[in-house]
Amino acid sequence: MTDKQSSNAYWQANVRIIWICLAIWALVSYGFAIILRPLLSAIKIGGTDLGFWFAQQGSILVFIALIFFYAARMNRLDRDHGVDE
Amino acid sequence: MSQFTLNLIFIGLSFALYIGIAIWARAGSTAEFYAANRGVGPVMNGMATAADWMSAASFISMAGLIAFTGYDNSTFLMGWTGGYVLLAMLLAPYLRKFGKFTVPEFIGDRFYSQTARIIGVICLLIISITYVIGQMTGVGVTFSRYLEVSNSTGLWIGAGLVFVYAVLGGMKGITYTQVAQYIVLIIAYTIPAVFIAMQLTGHVLPQTGLFGSLNEGGGKFLATLDQVVTDLGFKSYTGHHKSTLDMVLFTLALMIGTAGLPHVIIRFFTVPKVSDARKSAGWALVFIALLYTVAPAVGSMSRFNLTATMWPGAESGQTFSQPAVSLDAIENDPEKAWMRNWQVTGLLNWEDKNGDGMIQYYNDGAENEALSAVIAEQNLQGNELTTVNNDIMVLANPEIANLPGWVIAIVAAGGLAAALSTAAGLLLAISGAVSHDLVKGAINPNISEKGELLAARISMAVSILVATMLGLNPPGFAAQTVALAFGLAASSIFPVLMMGIFSKRINKQGAIAGMLAGILSTLLYIFTYKGWFFIAGTNMLEDTAANWVFGISPASFGVIGALINFGVAYVVSNATEEPPLEVQELVDSIRVPRGAGDAVSH
Repeated sequence: MTDKQSSNAYWQANVRIIWICLAIWALVSYGFAIILRPLLSAIKIGGTDLGFWFAQQGSILVFIALIFFYAARMNRLDRDHGVDE
Repeated sequence: MSQFTLNLIFIGLSFALYIGIAIWARAGSTAEFYAANRGVGPVMNGMATAADWMSAASFISMAGLIAFTGYDNSTFLMGWTGGYVLLAMLLAPYLRKFGKFTVPEFIGDRFYSQTARIIGVICLLIISITYVIGQMTGVGVTFSRYLEVSNSTGLWIGAGLVFVYAVLGGMKGITYTQVAQYIVLIIAYTIPAVFIAMQLTGHVLPQTGLFGSLNEGGGKFLATLDQVVTDLGFKSYTGHHKSTLDMVLFTLALMIGTAGLPHVIIRFFTVPKVSDARKSAGWALVFIALLYTVAPAVGSMSRFNLTATMWPGAESGQTFSQPAVSLDAIENDPEKAWMRNWQVTGLLNWEDKNGDGMIQYYNDGAENEALSAVIAEQNLQGNELTTVNNDIMVLANPEIANLPGWVIAIVAAGGLAAALSTAAGLLLAISGAVSHDLVKGAINPNISEKGELLAARISMAVSILVATMLGLNPPGFAAQTVALAFGLAASSIFPVLMMGIFSKRINKQGAIAGMLAGILSTLLYIFTYKGWFFIAGTNMLEDTAANWVFGISPASFGVIGALINFGVAYVVSNATEEPPLEVQELVDSIRVPRGAGDAVSH
């Protein structure tokens, strides 16, 4: 594989991981916390419902997990494609 | 020991610490001044980023915003944290690989255009200067409240302190001071929150206390709060009352605005490696989350405590069925001394309108049959707690909960740390744009390293002076500037950076046209409702939800501005020639981490 093809494959893999992460990012914040909140209102938690928890706690925790997941996956991808530092 | 002495000791100690760090971390080169020689580890950079990011608004105002609106203002919590996901994946690692010092420099190189770079500088200056005014105002207010000096004396003391460590140390001094400031501010925020969560719910963690049960009565805290505030005619705390579309757009505007703020982006230039830039965004969010997950507990619990002060029965879910707080108690009870202290500042006030010797706090604008019946029965003549400023919810919180004096002193030091750390980060972004992009980039490209360092220090000193003058006489639009700063960052800087990295096809013409279209449409929309240049009375349409196009508020419009920027850049680029080959190679090179340590090697 030439350098050019390898770096294309690396970039496409990176973009794919970003899409997956951003889908989850949007689902927990715009989805669970706002738009889908009425659908989740049956799930009660501490005097309110699950959507409220996602709006004030859950989405922030998921954001943190997403960044560290992305950082770890990219470290592996960097090594696999020989572009690590 | 008096409260004043305690405040003086805690604030004095924190300042001595910052100055000590500044002397230790003097900058000797431009690389140290702009980017701390790229020697800051990811965890420490994360902590400094958190302090840089969390301003007087996060520390003082955010919990109050949530306290009086409840669920609907969760948009601030998600919006001001979700941007870090975008930074970590879409911007930070590639800009670190690019390996230069300022945001406009990337725009200029990627779009091979001095014009694009200058537009970038102008956006950066508008965003950062409007933002810094708020910080300097916050410094003045905190000083005058806690050290009993005049507002302007407080401002000059704060400016002098920033001058010492920012002008001497540049990014290096600012970074290490910010680490210390983060520690001060997070302790100051957490201690009262833990005390109050324990008092109310028995939980040590405010994050779980929010969803816990009350010690008294045993009902769920949030359910009781909902019941108490709706009894008094306010909207329910956990309910969804605003437009869903505007909530989504406002959250998105804050997220992409956050990712486009230049003073946050440049923090990622200081880490040694590309992989550190990704990790560091995660650490920044961890440190930010320590405050942001506590803030909703602080907000709801201070709202509850305030209501329970006014209606002693509220602690067990009773309001009108038990008597309201008496005027006599407010004026003589030592436990209510905080009300008298804050009345002096004008942020809290009350008036016994019906002359019954009690102060009844309720929403006199509510249309509610049960409430109307009570009003008639108790002969109420309107809400008697006439002023409650959002900002006192954090600052008065320790006093409302009767916490010891040293806690109050720590909160004062924490508020100053939050304002000063953000001001320093903004001033660095401003001085970098002036000395590196304007002086070295446009006016005198042959300037020596020593000359540029001097220019950076002079522009920093001038920026501090300008920011202080603006803080002394805040323009009338100070409160509106958040919408402006985030709107501009979202509609100009974020899209242009992202397209520069993720597309090789976007060229000079596309980027310039896109940025101008994004900025101008956003400014036009904001000015239409807020008045031209925020001058009252010059707005063309009244700023109400009924007038907004599709119900989009001016503060949310940054998202639409960003879409316009993307769309215009795409169309114009496709109608004009491809970017030159060396620019396409530059894009290839910033996309891979290898070779970030030294000069670009391939």
